Amino acid sequence: MPELKTGDRLKSTVCDGEVMVVSAPSGDIEITCGGAPMASAADAAKTGDVDPGHAVGIVMGKRYIDADETLEVLCVKAGAGGLAIGGHLLLQKDTKQLPKTD
Amino acid sequence: MNVMMLLEMAASAFPDRPAFTDGSSGQSLTYQQLFDGARLQGRQLLASQASRAVKLDVSNLGTPLCLFASACAGIPYVPLNYRLTDAEIGKLLERVTPAYLVTDAARVNGFSEHAEVTSQSSPEFVAQSQSGGDLLTEWPMDPEEIAVLLFTSGTTGEPKAAMLRHKHLVSYILSSVEFAGAPEGDAALVCVPPYHIAGIAAIMSSVYAGRHVVQLPNFDAETWVDLVVQHKVSTAFVVPTMLARIVEHVAASGRSLADLSCLSSLAYGGGKMPLAVIQKAMRLFPDTDFSNAYGLTETSSTVAVLGPDAHRAAAASQDPDVQRRLVSVGQALPGVEIEIRDEDGNLVGADERGEIYVRGEQVSGEYEGRGPVTDSEGWFPTRDAGSIDSQGYLFLLGRADDIIVRGGENLSPGEIEDVLLTHAAVADVAVVGVPDEQWGEGVAAAVVFKVGQQAEISALQDYVKETMRSSRVPQFWEVWPELPYNETGKLLRRIVRERLGAAAAEQ
Repeated sequence: MPELKTGDRLKSTVCDGEVMVVSAPSGDIEITCGGAPMASAADAAKTGDVDPGHAVGIVMGKRYIDADETLEVLCVKAGAGGLAIGGHLLLQKDTKQLPKTD
Repeated sequence: MNVMMLLEMAASAFPDRPAFTDGSSGQSLTYQQLFDGARLQGRQLLASQASRAVKLDVSNLGTPLCLFASACAGIPYVPLNYRLTDAEIGKLLERVTPAYLVTDAARVNGFSEHAEVTSQSSPEFVAQSQSGGDLLTEWPMDPEEIAVLLFTSGTTGEPKAAMLRHKHLVSYILSSVEFAGAPEGDAALVCVPPYHIAGIAAIMSSVYAGRHVVQLPNFDAETWVDLVVQHKVSTAFVVPTMLARIVEHVAASGRSLADLSCLSSLAYGGGKMPLAVIQKAMRLFPDTDFSNAYGLTETSSTVAVLGPDAHRAAAASQDPDVQRRLVSVGQALPGVEIEIRDEDGNLVGADERGEIYVRGEQVSGEYEGRGPVTDSEGWFPTRDAGSIDSQGYLFLLGRADDIIVRGGENLSPGEIEDVLLTHAAVADVAVVGVPDEQWGEGVAAAVVFKVGQQAEISALQDYVKETMRSSRVPQFWEVWPELPYNETGKLLRRIVRERLGAAAAEQ
C-alpha cells in the first residue's frame, strides 16, 4: 500500500463502501473496510465478504478518524463494512451543528 | 479532493430532488441533471482547450453548471462582475485566456476580438448540458488545484485574483455543513451576486446539504418576498442593505407575516449591519433564526458566526456586555483561529482593538502572480480592524485603513456611526477622516436623514458628546440624500472620504 495522499479515493473490496482521504500522516498506512484492505478506486474488485467483526458499516457524508486523529477520511459511498487500521476500528467524527450561514 | 465530489455525493443520495431553480424563468435542474450536465459540459470545456471557464452573467442555472463543469475539467472557474464596463471586463479577460466564456445572449459576441476567447450564451450552455452524450466519469483529485479565481473589487489599483484551491473550499464545506442535512423540501433563496464569495459558498453548501436553491438574479424586496412565499423558502442569505429593504417593504406593504412563516432562518453578512435594522428585523420575524456571518474571499467565506441563540440572548439581556454582542460577528468556526494583533504584530488583550488575523484549512490568502500573503505560521492578515471580548466574540471596527488618526489618537468610524444611528432623525451615516491642518486628520460625517425628519448639526454633535469623548465628535458635516454602497452592501468609504475631504478643504 503506497503512502496515502489527501484526495485519494479508496474502495472497499468486500462491500460498496468508498472513502476519500481528507488528511493522512506520512508513511505507509493500510486502511481496511469490512476487514479487507481497501484498494484505489480504479482497480478495486470484489474479492470476498465483510468480516462479521468489521460489519459496523459506513455512512455517506460521515468522516472517520483514527484514535490519535492523524488520519481522516470522508465516506463518499455507504457500505456494510467498518473502517479500521491495524485491526482498530476508526471512529466517527462529530460534525458540530452550525447555523446555516450562506 | 475536488468540489465535484460534493455534487457526486448529492446526486447519488438524492438524484431527483430539485437542485437549482432560476427564480426569473422558473426553469429547474434536479441533482442528477446538474451532475450529468456538469460532466457533459466539463467535456466541452476540455475539448475547447480553455485554461479557465469564465461566467459573466447574473445568477442562472448556468452558474452552478459552469462552476462544477470547471471542477470536472480541472480548470479554474472565474465568475466576473457583470456590472463592470466592457473595457474593464476586456482587461480582466486578457488575464484568464485561453478562456471559455459563458455569458448573457446580449454579450456573447461582444468579446470576439479576443482570439483566445470561446463564447457561448448561458441559455445555450444550459440547453447543451441537458442534451445527453458522453459524460466525464473522472476528474482530478489533486487538492492543490485551483477551483475558483475571484477578482477582488480592487478599490486601489488593479484588481487582484484571489485563488481558492479545492482543498480550501472542500475543507470549508466539510467542517461547516452536514451532508444531506437539509430535509426534503427545504429551499434556500440566493440573491447575492454569483461573482461574490458568498454566492459561491451558497452553491456548494446547499449542494452538500441537499437543499433546493432558488436564484434571484436582481434583488428587490418585493420579488424576494414573493419568491419566499412561492417556493416556501426556509433559509436565505442577505447583505445588510437588503435586510433593511425587506424589513421596510414588509412593514409598509402590510403583507401577511403568516405567509413568511416558512422562513425559519435568515443569515446576513458582507457588510456592517446597523443595530436598528437587526433589532427591527428580529421584532418583525420573532420565530426566525438570525445568523451573522463574517468572512472574506481569501478565507473561502465564513470564518465567524453569531448564531440564533446569541442573537436572542443579546436582545433579551439587560447586561450591556451581552447586549452589544448583537453587533458582533460571533465566534470562530470550528477549525478556524482568530487573533487580534497590534501594529507591531503583538497579540492584544480582550476588548483591545487591532488587526484581525485568521488561520485555518479553508484560508487561502493567495493571489495569482503574487504568492501567499499569509505568514510563516499560516496567519492571514485581513486588513479588517476588530476586537475580541472576554468570551471570544469578535467585533468588527472597520477596515484597518479606515481608522482615523486625530492628533495621535486612533478613532474608529464604526463606533461613532453606531452612536449616530441611534438618533431618531438619522437614517444612515458615514464617518471618515479628512485632512486637517491642526490634527493631521479630522472627523467628518455624511448624514442621511429619515424621510420627513431632520436635526440641527449642533444637536447631533451634542448627541455624540453625551456618550463619547469630545475628540470623537465630527467637526465637519454634510447632509446627503443617500450614501454610496456597492452592490453587496459595502459602504464605499473611499468615495465618502474624497467628497467630504474636497468639501472640507474648500471651507
